[in-house]
Amino acid sequence: MRIGVVTFPGSCDDRDARYAVSLIGAEPVALWHGEADLQAVEAVLLPGGFSYGDYLRCGAIARFSPVLGALVDFAGRGGPVLGICNGFQVLCEAGLLPGALTRNAGLRFVHRRQHIRVEAASMWTAGVEAGAVFDIPVKHGEGRYVHPDPDELAAAGQVLARYCGPDGTVDATHNPNGSMAGIAGVTNAAGNVAGLMPHPEHAVDALLGSTDGRRILGAVLARARSAA
Amino acid sequence: MARVHIDVMLKDEILDPQGQAIERALPSLGFEGVRGVRVGKHVVLDVDDRGDLEEQVADMADKLLANPVIERFTVRVE
Repeated sequence: MRIGVVTFPGSCDDRDARYAVSLIGAEPVALWHGEADLQAVEAVLLPGGFSYGDYLRCGAIARFSPVLGALVDFAGRGGPVLGICNGFQVLCEAGLLPGALTRNAGLRFVHRRQHIRVEAASMWTAGVEAGAVFDIPVKHGEGRYVHPDPDELAAAGQVLARYCGPDGTVDATHNPNGSMAGIAGVTNAAGNVAGLMPHPEHAVDALLGSTDGRRILGAVLARARSAA
Repeated sequence: MARVHIDVMLKDEILDPQGQAIERALPSLGFEGVRGVRVGKHVVLDVDDRGDLEEQVADMADKLLANPVIERFTVRVE
């Protein structure tokens, strides 16, 4: 399976994302923001970083790049798209995901290991049981998820993951940024487009403390195989 | 050319931690009795007026300068 990883000017996690893709047994394909060509990949990752300097608002300028036009078509046809951190912000700005990401409630850039609880089945969590707790790093300054009605989003099965403690408890003490209802990731209504603030691509190597990210990134492969 | 001013503010229901930080800082300088601090952006543009200026600028604000999910804007033409 070929998974595309988009590089915007200011992306910084694209290399880690390609490495993670190769570790889960897929072929990483580098995609450039200026090309409206997805090179016939079967899934796309938008990595973390500071696309176009994050001027105006995080992800606001990246949304107008040529690759995003192709990505909107790809997502519309049901293609799997995962935005991580800045990629999540880009997908919200592009209207492919509901809600928005705002300044962390504590105003500080947060960089730490964080537990998240998987809430919903999606292409990116295929084979992962709901309620599973993963240890995944977060690193962001504007990750506070905001939505007009988080309960409605949860009822629609669009909450992908929430911040939690090691035992899965979702509460304010385990919320790194003040996200509404502890939301760490969401999907679109169809479920093929997902955004995650934490970084599964940084949790793929035992040397760095956790390999839980492989389960999230590997799920899309498992789903592709079961569909084949 | 018309000079246009656009104010972009977080919607009232959206938490503004920057405003809160300023509110907490003011009393330490002796400025007591300040409430409801909110921080926004002020954008200034010089735009060719082709007759639909207000509409054109509102469209710009809606599509780029503000994120309507979390922000609201006001337009003032000089």
